Amino acid sequence: MTREKPKIAFYWCASCGGCEEAVVDVAEQILDVVAAADIVFWPVALDFKRSDVEQMPDGSILATFLNGAIRTSEQEEMAGLLRRKSKYLVAFGSCSHLGGIPGLANFFTRESILQAVYFDAPTTENPDRVMPGLPLNDRHGELTLPYFSDRVRSLDQVVEVDYYVPGCPPQPKIVTRAVLTLLGEHPPTKGSVLAPDEALCTECPRKDSKPDKIALKAFRRPQEIQIDETQCLLAQGLLCLGPATRAGCEARCVEGNMPCTGCCGAPGRVREQGAKALSAIASLIDSQDESEIDQILATIPDPAGTFYRYSLPASLIHNKRGV
Amino acid sequence: MPNAIESVSGNGQVSTEVAEPRIVGFFCTWCTYLAADLAGTSRIKYAPNVRVIRVMCSGRIDPQFVLDAFAHGADGVLIGGCHPGDCHYQQGNYNCLRRARLLKRVLEQFGIEEERFRLEWISAAEGDRVRVVIDDMVEKLRKLGPLQLKRGPALVRGGSGEQVPQEVGV
Amino acid sequence: MPDAHNPDTPPRIGVYVCHCGTNIAATIDVPALAEYAAGLPDVVVAREYKYMCSDPGQELIRQDIREHNLTRIVVASCSPLMHEPTFRGALVRAGINAFFLQMVNIREHVSWVHTNKEEATAKAKDLVRAAVRRVRLHKPLEKRRVEIKPEVLVVGGGIAGIHAALTIANSGKHVYLVERQPTIGGHMALFDKTFPTLDCAACILTPKMTAVGSHPNITLWTYAEVAAVEGYVGNYKVKVRHKPRYIVEDLCIGCQECVEACVYKEGRWADEFNLGLSKRKPIYLPFPQAVPQKVLIDPEACIEFKSHKCKKTCVEACGERKAIDFKQEASTEEIDVGSIIVSTGFKTFAAHRNACYGYGVYPNVYTSLEVERLVNASGPTSGEIVLRDGTTPKMVGIIHCVGSRDHNTNRWCSKVCCMYSLKLAHLIRERTGAEVYNFYIDMRTPGKGYEEFYDRLLDEGVHFIRGRVAEVADWPIHPSEEGKLVIRAEDTLAGFVRRIPVDMVVLSVGLEPQSDARDVRRLFNISCSEEGWFLERHPKLAPVSTFTDGVFIAGACQGPKDIPDSVAQAGAAAAEAMALADAKYVELEPYTAHVIEDACSGCKTCLTICPYTAIAFVEETKKARVNEVLCKGCGTCAATCPSGSIEQNLFEDQEIFEEVEGLLAYA
Repeated sequence: MTREKPKIAFYWCASCGGCEEAVVDVAEQILDVVAAADIVFWPVALDFKRSDVEQMPDGSILATFLNGAIRTSEQEEMAGLLRRKSKYLVAFGSCSHLGGIPGLANFFTRESILQAVYFDAPTTENPDRVMPGLPLNDRHGELTLPYFSDRVRSLDQVVEVDYYVPGCPPQPKIVTRAVLTLLGEHPPTKGSVLAPDEALCTECPRKDSKPDKIALKAFRRPQEIQIDETQCLLAQGLLCLGPATRAGCEARCVEGNMPCTGCCGAPGRVREQGAKALSAIASLIDSQDESEIDQILATIPDPAGTFYRYSLPASLIHNKRGV
Repeated sequence: MPNAIESVSGNGQVSTEVAEPRIVGFFCTWCTYLAADLAGTSRIKYAPNVRVIRVMCSGRIDPQFVLDAFAHGADGVLIGGCHPGDCHYQQGNYNCLRRARLLKRVLEQFGIEEERFRLEWISAAEGDRVRVVIDDMVEKLRKLGPLQLKRGPALVRGGSGEQVPQEVGV
Repeated sequence: MPDAHNPDTPPRIGVYVCHCGTNIAATIDVPALAEYAAGLPDVVVAREYKYMCSDPGQELIRQDIREHNLTRIVVASCSPLMHEPTFRGALVRAGINAFFLQMVNIREHVSWVHTNKEEATAKAKDLVRAAVRRVRLHKPLEKRRVEIKPEVLVVGGGIAGIHAALTIANSGKHVYLVERQPTIGGHMALFDKTFPTLDCAACILTPKMTAVGSHPNITLWTYAEVAAVEGYVGNYKVKVRHKPRYIVEDLCIGCQECVEACVYKEGRWADEFNLGLSKRKPIYLPFPQAVPQKVLIDPEACIEFKSHKCKKTCVEACGERKAIDFKQEASTEEIDVGSIIVSTGFKTFAAHRNACYGYGVYPNVYTSLEVERLVNASGPTSGEIVLRDGTTPKMVGIIHCVGSRDHNTNRWCSKVCCMYSLKLAHLIRERTGAEVYNFYIDMRTPGKGYEEFYDRLLDEGVHFIRGRVAEVADWPIHPSEEGKLVIRAEDTLAGFVRRIPVDMVVLSVGLEPQSDARDVRRLFNISCSEEGWFLERHPKLAPVSTFTDGVFIAGACQGPKDIPDSVAQAGAAAAEAMALADAKYVELEPYTAHVIEDACSGCKTCLTICPYTAIAFVEETKKARVNEVLCKGCGTCAATCPSGSIEQNLFEDQEIFEEVEGLLAYA
C-alpha cells in the first residue's frame, strides 16, 4: 500500500515572476521535492484552474508557497482561498514577506498611480481617455476587473501566515531547505522566517576587510566609483544594507560586486529593518556639524526608498492605527 | 480650525472639539530630563501634551522608537539632548543628531510633516526652554491637526493634471 | 511565593501613588489615578499615600511585597533622580531585586507644571500605564563594584582649593593641587583685611598656603593646568600640563638674587598681582608670600628670549644652583585619582563694560579689587591710599552693584560686594579721613556679624545714598565740582537727584564665572547654569556634588560666595571626597550594554560609535564584545546596532517599546 504523498501548491500575486524562477532554480533538487510531494496547483507551470482548488477539502494542501504582494481584490481572494485549503501558508519571497518592490507604490495614492499610467506617462497614448471601467454586461454576463486597492500589502496583512521564506528571489538553498523542513516531522515554530537569524555580514566574503571604524564624508552609488572587489562595500562608501539584513543568501549581491539592498528583511530581533539600517548608516557619518551632516546625507538621494526598498508595506508607519 | 472634529451630541447641538496633539518625548537623563525637572521645581507652566520617556543619553534613541510612537498614535515626537559638546557621554548627542537628520528625511517621505519630529538641545539649566519648546511644538501641531501620512501627489512631473474619477475600477 | 526572578512567572505589580502632601494631590486626582492603576493588567494592588518616601510609605510597599507576593513595583511620585534610590532600597529590604522598580514622575513633570486637574490626571494615567507595561519586562540586575583610588585632585588653589586640599591631606590621603597661576592664594591673597572682623587676610591665609607647600601629602603643581580627564568615579586618569616657568623648581630656593641681578634695574612690566598698579621685572616672584617661593621668567619681557643677546646676569647670580633654564618646555604628567574637587573660582566684572562709570576714561575711577591692593600694606603704595598723582583723596564715592543686579550685564546679586564695600569704606575713612559715600540699591548684609558691621559704619560717619548711580563725569556745573569727578545719582530715599563731587570713585564690581568656565566644565563633564556657574547636583541636598560621580565643586566657581562660605563648602567637598575614598569601592549603575553573541554578525558598526572604546571585535568569534568596566551605559550602541544584537540593561528595546505603546494606548 502506498501512502499518499503530501500536497504542495505554488501561487503568485503582485510579483515580477522571479520567485517562480527561483522555484525552477532549485534545479535537480526539485526532484527531491517532487519525490516527496505532489504539486497540486502551480498556475505558472501547470494547467490548474481556480475551481480545482475550490473543490479540494479545506486544509488538504500541506503547504502553499505564495509569492507576490497583495494589491488587487483577486489576489486577496486567492490568498483567502489558499489559506483555507492549506495547513501551512508560506509567504514566499520579499513581496509576500514584506510587500517588496511593488510596495514602494505605497508612497503614492491609488489615484496618482492610475493618473500616471493612463494619462501622464510619456509613453502613454490614450486619446480616448480609456480607464479601467465599471462592470460591463455583455453576452457572457457581467464582467468586472479586480479592484485596484489603495495600498500594497504583505501577505500576513491579508491572511494568517505560518512561515516566511525571504529573498528577492529566495535563493535555491533556502527554498530547498524550507520545503524539506515543512515536509519533515518537526515543523518550526509558527511565524518563523526560514533562514538564519543573524545579519548578512556573518557570511559575507568581505567581512575580514571591514575596518574597525568607518567615517564617511560622502556616500557613493555603484555607478559613481570603481568598486574594489575585495574590500567591504560600506568602507568604500556604498550603501550596503548587509549589517541590517537577514543572512541566508550567502551574500550573492556582494559576490557580484554590488551592495546588499536588504531583500531578506531584518533579523528577528529587529522590528523595522529600515529604521535600523538608517541608524547604522547615520553612525558612519564623519561630522558633528549639522549642515555638513546634511551635505553628506544629500548623497543619499532617496533614503526611504533605500532603507525600505523591500519593506515599506510591512513598516511600522504603514501599519499605523487608523490609516 | 482644520482639525476640528464635528459631532452631533444627544440634544442635536453640533459641538466642535479640537483634537489635542499627543507628543512623545525622549529626554536624556543628564540634560533635558533634568531641565524638565527644573521646570517643575521652578513651577513653570506648560502644555500637558508631552509624555516623556527617560533614556540615559539621546544616543540611545533608536529610530524604531520614533516610528513606533508615530505608528501608535503620536502626533509628534520630541527628542531632547545635551547641547553639542556637552554630552554626558561625550558623543551620544552627535550620534543622535546624525540619525535624526536622516530620519527626518525619511519621515518627510512618509508624509510626516517636519514640525512633528523635533530634536532640541536643552541643558539641565534651561528649565524655561522646556516650556518654550513644548508650547511652541504643541501650538504648531494643533494647527497641523492629527497625523495624516500624506502621500506623494504626482508620479510624473508636469503631468496633465487631469483628475482620475473616484469611481474608476470599482 | 512566586519567583520574581523567573521570567515565566506572570508579574504581580503593585502601584503606589504619592500625594506628596498637596504637591501632587492639589493638581492630580490621586484617588482616581490609583483606582485607574488598580484596573491595569497584572496590577495586584494600587494604593495612594500622603508621603510615599516616608518610612511608613516605604513600609507599605514592603508589606505588600510580602503579603501579596508582588514581583514588580511602580511608584508614581517625584523625579526618579530624587527618590529612585529610596524606593529601590525598599524593594531590596523586602527581598526583591532593586531594579524591579519603575518610577513615574508625576510631580516635576505633571503636578508642578500643569494647572488643569483633568489634563494633569489624564497625563499621569498615561505615564502610569506606560510604567506598568514597562516594569513587567524588568530583569534583575546587580550593581557593579569598582575600587576607589584614594588620591584626590583639587583644581584651583584659591582659599577653597587650599582648604579642601589641607583637609584631605590631614586625613592621610594624597592630594594633587593644580593651580594655573604661578602661586596659590587666589583672590584672597590680594586682600588686606577681611570683613566683618577686619582680620588681616595675609595673617590667616599665608600659614595655610605655607602648609600646602610643605605638606607631605600634597603634591602642589602651580603654573599648571588640567589638560584631559578620562575614566569614572574612583578611577580618573588626569593629564596635567606644566607651563614652562623657565626655572627648575626643584633647584630654585626663592632667594630672588636673580631678580635683584636682572639687567633691568627697575620693573617695566605691569605687575599682575598688583593689577598693573606697579611694575615688575622679566624675572620675578609673583608676590612676597607666594607659594611656592619660586621665581619665573616672562618670555615676552626677557631680552634673552627676544634677542638671545642678554648678559644673563640672572644666571650669574643664580650661580651654582643653576635653576634658570631658558630652554624649558611645557610638559605633561598623568596621574590617577579617585575623585576631583573643582574649585576654579571666579573673575570680577570688567568695569569698562559699564561705560557710564568712566572706568578706563578717568584715571581716578578704580575697581574695588584695585583699591584692595591700594589699601594693602604689601601693595604698590604700601597701604597708603593715594590717587595716581600721589595725592590723598578727600572725597570718595563707592558705587555698589557694578555688573550685578543689572539686566544689561549680570542679573544676579554678587553677594559679597555690599560687605566688601563697607570694609573698603571703613579702611579708606580710617586711613585718610576722607568723606566716603556709598551708593547702593539695597544693603544686603545677612551673615554673622555683618549687619553689626553695617551699623558700625553708620556710626563712623560714612554716608549712604540709596539709589543707582546714573553716571560719573568730570563736567562741573558748580565751582565746588571743579577738578572733581561728579557722581550723579537719584537719592530714592530723599526723592531727588544728587550730584556728589569726589576725588576718587570705587566701582564695586560683581563676581562672574571664569571666562573659560565652559571649557573647564566640559573637561570635567559637569554642567553649568546659563550664566556659567557650575551646577550642583541638588541645591539643598547635594550642594557640592555634581552629576558626574566623583567630581565635586567648591567655592565661587559654583556661585558668588564670601570666604567663610567658600571654606565651608570646601570642607564639605573634602568630606565627600574622603567618604568616597574611605568607602574603598563604589557601586556603579548597571546600565551597561552587552552583545548577544548568537545574534551578532560582527559588522563592527558599534565599534565606530562607542566614545569609550568599550567595544572590541573578538577575532576568534568574529563578533563584538562590550567591556563592561569601560562601558558607561549611554546605550548609543544599542540604538545603532543594525541587527538588534546589543542590549542596554534597564533600557532594552522591548522595555522602551512597551513604554511608548503604553503611553499611547489610551483608554
